[in-house]
Amino acid sequence: MEKKIAVEMRGVTKRFGSVIANENVCLDVRRGEILSVLGENGSGKTTLMNMLSGIYFPDEGQIFIEDRPVTIRSPRDAFELGIGMIHQHFKLVDVFTAAENIALGLPGPMRLSLNEVRRKIMDLANKYGFEIDVNQKVYDMSVSQKQTVEILKVLYRGAKILILDEPTAVLTPQETERLFRILRNMREDGKAIVIITHKLAEVLALSDRVSVLRKGHSVGTVQTAGATVQSLTELMVGKRVTLDIERPDPVRPERRLDVKDLTCVNAEGITTLDHAAFTARSGEILGIAGVAGSGQKELLEAIAGLQPTTEGSVTFYPKQGDPVDTTHMNAGAIDKLGIRLAFVPEDRLGMGLVGSMDITENMMLRTYREGHSFLTDKRGPRKLAERIVQQLEVVTSGVSSPVRRMSGGNVQKVLVGREIASAPSVLMVAYPVRGLDINSSYTIYHLLNEQKVKGSAVICVGEDLDVLLALCDRIMVLCAGKVTGIVDARTATKEEIGLLMTHTEGVIEEGEAG
Amino acid sequence: MGTILIFIQNAIAQGIGILYGATGEILTEKSGNLNLGVPGMMYMGGIAGLIGAFLYENAVAEPVAAVGMLISLLCAFACATLGGLIYSVLTISLRANQNVTGLALTTFGVGFGNFFGGSLSRLAGGVGQISVATTASAYRATIPILGEIPVVGEVLFSYGFLTYLSIAAALALSYFLNKTRQGLNLRAVGENPGTADAAGIDVTRYKYLATCLGGGIAGLGGLYFVMEYSGGTWTNNGFGDRGWLAVALVIFAQWKPVKAIWGSILFGGLYILYLYIAGLGRSMQEIFKMLPYVVTIVVLVLASLRKRRENQPPQGLGVAYFREDR
Repeated sequence: MEKKIAVEMRGVTKRFGSVIANENVCLDVRRGEILSVLGENGSGKTTLMNMLSGIYFPDEGQIFIEDRPVTIRSPRDAFELGIGMIHQHFKLVDVFTAAENIALGLPGPMRLSLNEVRRKIMDLANKYGFEIDVNQKVYDMSVSQKQTVEILKVLYRGAKILILDEPTAVLTPQETERLFRILRNMREDGKAIVIITHKLAEVLALSDRVSVLRKGHSVGTVQTAGATVQSLTELMVGKRVTLDIERPDPVRPERRLDVKDLTCVNAEGITTLDHAAFTARSGEILGIAGVAGSGQKELLEAIAGLQPTTEGSVTFYPKQGDPVDTTHMNAGAIDKLGIRLAFVPEDRLGMGLVGSMDITENMMLRTYREGHSFLTDKRGPRKLAERIVQQLEVVTSGVSSPVRRMSGGNVQKVLVGREIASAPSVLMVAYPVRGLDINSSYTIYHLLNEQKVKGSAVICVGEDLDVLLALCDRIMVLCAGKVTGIVDARTATKEEIGLLMTHTEGVIEEGEAG
Repeated sequence: MGTILIFIQNAIAQGIGILYGATGEILTEKSGNLNLGVPGMMYMGGIAGLIGAFLYENAVAEPVAAVGMLISLLCAFACATLGGLIYSVLTISLRANQNVTGLALTTFGVGFGNFFGGSLSRLAGGVGQISVATTASAYRATIPILGEIPVVGEVLFSYGFLTYLSIAAALALSYFLNKTRQGLNLRAVGENPGTADAAGIDVTRYKYLATCLGGGIAGLGGLYFVMEYSGGTWTNNGFGDRGWLAVALVIFAQWKPVKAIWGSILFGGLYILYLYIAGLGRSMQEIFKMLPYVVTIVVLVLASLRKRRENQPPQGLGVAYFREDR
């Protein structure tokens, strides 16, 4: 039986100045169906969906809702047509309760009866299988609870068409499974659901059909049943790619870094890192997995000397010479001792690079202390900048244009390039491929492997468990600031790591603060 | 007993002007606009009310107190709303820096008040102070009978209507913010305009309305000072720093209008405490005048120690919003 078409976009084009975000895109979603919109970063998925939810207005083309041409000029118009979008960055007011957030902006009598709102929310929650406390404040909620509120907000407004922008990016495997169950319930109920994603495994597990976008164009819609990871990747990238991440065996691993009982307490008095202990060895990649905010940032910063610690020790074991205890030292002091520690932080343009400076000047941030002249030496950094641009295929108008004008992938190449240029004995990277397309991601994996083979101890914080399992030698799992396990990546499974990620023992609230 | 009674009465008299300013500013700040132009808008309200009453009393042979009162009330509210409108256009539509705009508005408003205050004296013939006694009498009329009950009546019912209006306004604002749909929407605009926008709320409209109305309410504080407190006369810079006390009171009350009511009386009391302590030298008096600010700092310290998110300023306070910038 052919299902009824809920939304159709025909020949939609959107330009931002001279940049074409979408060109002549066609797409249709049917009722009682889950459609995946797949594409690399910058392929125009979110822009396309924003035109459905009233945030952008298409320059050309027509949108039809149930075969009726419509004009969507604002989020309000979209609600009225039954379209609801759950954005990647949640749009919730922190100091409001779940119920207040859901009641926001709704028409109705001037006096607000929250009891009525609560009752309606509970009805919806029971219908689709949500778990929610309507009186909980948003600032007390976990990411997955916030997402629940967002979805209920949209359903409360009577949405028949739901658009979810990368809904699983911040969820654990178990939370993802729960979300998928709910989405399937909604599909049974006849809702049309669109999920924007670039995770192929999820596309295959959840959706009925897949629409693929590449560089703003639609390159095809296929039935999920007949698709494979390989075929979808080829549609998405436009050429054959090998999806296997290589993993050379570690050669003569030696101890490089020893962390014992490391503990951090943040400004609010909450323990963000709780007696973390591990050893990083040369020639291997140690992956760090965990729900966002489980202490990954604090751990790396504490080792790099950017975060004060209250307990524990950090010891470096250089290739030659005696071990050095760097506990309580700041980054400058560690550098002065000649320890070659490189750190690629997750906040690339905040902590890693200076956005308004060019590539050469950003190289100088690492080397400006060298030399004895009053004036800085710009020649060396310039050569390094040129080498990085050439070797890592950085797309830029030149080494003297500001880095903030470059795309995320190119910014990351510059940052990683600078950090590995110092031939580090310990290399720490946080979310190295976040926001990068497939090709750039593989370049970064390759660079990490290269460092590993050269004998660095690589520590890599990641979010995609499939990638961590394929790339790393060992994976350490953090939960609420505690190390809940270190597993062998060659034998571990995703479920095993997922369980370690939520291994709570009643400390979950603390770990989710901040 | 008598001294304490007078002290309480005077504390309330001092506090009401501040309460108007704080109520208006709470409304404004709940929309995410930090309008430091409160002192200026209070001057604007005060002088406009006075001009309105003065022109009316000079134009008719037999001025009626009630008519003068209405005219001055409207003039004060309109002129202070205009101050809020200037601020709104600059910060909401043109996205100027809120702090700079607010401070400029204060400078402007104070100058505006003093300039027209001076002009009015010239118009009046340049001799002595101008006075709008008839209109002021309407403002100073107290509640008959009730006001004469000893102690209770004297503390509660011996004031002009603006005093009761200020408390009613603060209570009404509290109800509006906490119990109504529009109040919820307004709070959302101040906390997170992006969220409000995505929920279909007209952010610009809410910001304009709240800021202009807030300005108008603050202006009534100036009118109160001119009419009830000073009895319908103008002194240049007569307000002193009461406008800034209103801004401090908003912080003290943690953006809650009901807390601002008793806070205003406390501030009023602290402000005049030096008059009631015998044997204070001039320098000590100035130190005592600092008390309201000291209390505000203490409250700020305590509030940040307690870390309750509800007691913090609206998250979007001081930040201009435009949709494309996300």
